[in-house]
Amino acid sequence: MSAKKSLNLTLKVWRQKNNKTKGQFEVYKISDVSTDSSFLEMLDILNENLINEGKEPVAFDHDCREGICGMCSLYINGRAHGPDTGITTCQLHMRMFKDGETITIEPWRSAAFPVIKDLVVDRSAFDRVMAAGGFISVNTSGKTTDANNILVPKEDADKAMDAAACIGCGACVATCKNGSAMLFVGAKVSQYALLPQGKIEAKRRVLNMVKAMDEEGFGNCSNTGACEVECPKGISLENIARMNREFFVASAESK
Amino acid sequence: MSNLDSKIPAGPLKDKWSNHKDHMNLVSPNNRDKIDIIIVGTGLAGGSAAATLAEQGYNVKAFCYQDSPRRAHSIAAQGGINAAKNYQGDGDSTYRLFYDTIKGGDYRSREANVYRLAEVSANIIDQCVSQGVPFGRDYGGQLDNRSFGGVQVKRTFYAKGQTGQQLLLGAYSAMSRQIGKGRIKMYNRHEMMDLVIVDGKARGIIARNLVTGEIEKHSAHAVVIASGGYGNVYFLSTNAMGSNVSAAWKIHKKGAYFANPCYVQIHPTCIPVHGTQQSKLTLMSESLRNSGRIWVPKKIEDAIAIREGKKKAKDIPAEDRDYYLERRYPAFGNLVPRDVASRAAKERCDAGFGIENNDTKEGVFLDFSTEITKKGKETALEKNIHNPTDQQIYDLGKAWIEEKYGNLFVMYEKITADNPYVTPMKIYPAVHYTMGGIWVDYNLQSTIPGCFVIGEANFSDHGANRLGASALMQGLADGYFVLPYTIADYLSADIRTGAIPTDTAPFNEAAKDIQEKINFFLNNNGKYSVDHFHKKLGHIMWNKVGMARTPEGLKEAISEIEEVRKEFWKEVKVPGIADGMNSELEKAFRVADFLELGQLMAIDALNRNESCGGHFREDHATPEGEAERDDEHYKYVAAWQYEGPDINKEVMHKEDLVYENIEVKARSYK
Repeated sequence: MSAKKSLNLTLKVWRQKNNKTKGQFEVYKISDVSTDSSFLEMLDILNENLINEGKEPVAFDHDCREGICGMCSLYINGRAHGPDTGITTCQLHMRMFKDGETITIEPWRSAAFPVIKDLVVDRSAFDRVMAAGGFISVNTSGKTTDANNILVPKEDADKAMDAAACIGCGACVATCKNGSAMLFVGAKVSQYALLPQGKIEAKRRVLNMVKAMDEEGFGNCSNTGACEVECPKGISLENIARMNREFFVASAESK
Repeated sequence: MSNLDSKIPAGPLKDKWSNHKDHMNLVSPNNRDKIDIIIVGTGLAGGSAAATLAEQGYNVKAFCYQDSPRRAHSIAAQGGINAAKNYQGDGDSTYRLFYDTIKGGDYRSREANVYRLAEVSANIIDQCVSQGVPFGRDYGGQLDNRSFGGVQVKRTFYAKGQTGQQLLLGAYSAMSRQIGKGRIKMYNRHEMMDLVIVDGKARGIIARNLVTGEIEKHSAHAVVIASGGYGNVYFLSTNAMGSNVSAAWKIHKKGAYFANPCYVQIHPTCIPVHGTQQSKLTLMSESLRNSGRIWVPKKIEDAIAIREGKKKAKDIPAEDRDYYLERRYPAFGNLVPRDVASRAAKERCDAGFGIENNDTKEGVFLDFSTEITKKGKETALEKNIHNPTDQQIYDLGKAWIEEKYGNLFVMYEKITADNPYVTPMKIYPAVHYTMGGIWVDYNLQSTIPGCFVIGEANFSDHGANRLGASALMQGLADGYFVLPYTIADYLSADIRTGAIPTDTAPFNEAAKDIQEKINFFLNNNGKYSVDHFHKKLGHIMWNKVGMARTPEGLKEAISEIEEVRKEFWKEVKVPGIADGMNSELEKAFRVADFLELGQLMAIDALNRNESCGGHFREDHATPEGEAERDDEHYKYVAAWQYEGPDINKEVMHKEDLVYENIEVKARSYK
């Protein structure tokens, strides 16, 4: 951690015009970055400088800047969401870096997440997996049943909540050497599998979501556990195990 | 004379909505796929509306600027969602929720809309539980509740500190189901650039594909705006970076009235500004006020010593702490509504008692030590630990706090590098929510036929101040349970219309206009970036149209904003290309709209010669510094009509507010 209040840095940033062209690293110098600033505020300063120099700013995804929307990404010094744990890039603060340091910034690298521009990638594969089964098929009439008629043991509700905390950022895929989306899909399958409301169509769900996941070109899981380490929300590998169990039972029965 | 027809149904308050539903026109199931509906925005309101309308059989086209509908800023709501379930048996009811909301809004909202909101609130919880939203539960398996500001019951349902996220993911899942079935066509990374009106009716939009830059024409039989609030007019706010007023402002310029733009909610518990490189502010959930006590030192020398780092919070003994909310408002204490809590913080900091060592010395403590001890003792008792040591009490209390608010404490520590279990949080108010918005009638239709507005983007339910945990409630009420009925009534006349062609003059002209504006921005070659102007605007807004307003300051703001706007059009520099991703170009369009809206907000604030809710005028305050309303002259909704580029020429229309079921009185939380 840096003790200094402001930093001078060298940035190696991936620049790529669009998905039809090849990209390359560009090097930029940046000075007087407050250690209280967030990583994305540091990129704001870089972009302001680039604009003032008449150059095109670096494109990167971001929105809520409080670690919940899942829009920001970035591979920073070889780590998804940078050198801190349990956070997204927007929550990474510059006090984690040293004065004079060179920081390498790349987009998510994965076959299923093609680069759109610079540091922006296309994660719509996640949306398509969700559309294949990431829901409970209940109509939105409001005429369901009184909420307290469905009792859920607190332990199950808490576990479902832990799984549901996934923000869909894609760090798990980006950090996996196989580009596997098992943690993302496992979290959604688990959330519903743990709740009585979700059990009714659990088999159909897991089969459809796994099929869609495979079709999108995500890789296989080889149990390295890197996804769990880099997940900003601490989604546990247990969810992958639960999905596997659900999947085996469902496939056996559908044969 | 007002030309506004609020279309409030006749009859007793509690029967209005059911009677209205009983007599509305319907679109039969076999006709629904002849009708197209455009929905702009996929937060709680837009997402739930899209899912419901698609499920009913309409062809829905949904648009969001983010890369997925799951990212909409509803996701950032932390604390909870209100519903009049009375599961706690502590005196809650539909009427009580209605009453609290009207009072919380300082008697500036529409009775019939608020009652309907309270009425459908319970359905929201039923619906969301069925959809698998993992609300917090008790050991018996039933749903748990917490309390929020401005109320004396526990009616807030929550999913840890991520309630907004879980509700949004619920709506997104419901949407995903319809996307999978082909009932919703989803347009991610698209921004609405303009509304298209054909023969006096909203019939489509012009959108820009933010990846390819293509200008697209989309038609429909009705257009629903669910694009959220306009807090980013202040540059710094708790809104997402991309949150903007553009969809709402574009329809305003096409004829939709903009109501009560000056009603802005400044949230009392946000992390204070760290410096000039700051890009946004982070909220600490209101739910923390259930457990945290807010204070500043009683002695000014202690405040100075804390700012200079010579003393810490723990060095100030209890008798030298000023728990100013408990002192001023004993009945509600730390759980007074947001506007009251924010002003009280500002009052203490203006008087020199702020504890944060930043440029403005603005900050107060939110302290959990009392609660840690209390809960530690309670837990020790539950666990049969007799004579627990102080350390045991602290550890048990800390564990209790961690379970309730763990993620918020982690978030705080990541941003500030301070451990809030050890030292109190430092907080200060920040712009959070906008109660004002597009004027809509009881059917949520704007003054443009066929253009409906839901969620934070409309003005209807929160009056001059919104209570905590009510934004999620309103978004889902509008989207799941209100709009699907009222829009059908309108669309029933369109079953024979057929698809709306887009190769017509209104579409082509609107598209051409946008293309010209893009060309202007990219070729302007000005001196300054878009952010340069946005920061300038934000500075004026915060200082002169912020927490405390004066007629002089507002007049200055009106002319200063006009100046910034002129300079913007002359000197703005937008690099990059038209036919590809260009975030500076996106920002330029948004800030251009904020520069017009900001002026209207100041005009509205100047017109309203009273203090109410989030609108506080220093010249309308009691000697104790409480807000002084003027019901005789200002018990109305101010709905502004666009009259061309000179914002000063906007014409105000009044909708008088009639209270038949509630006694209008001074709002007291003492």
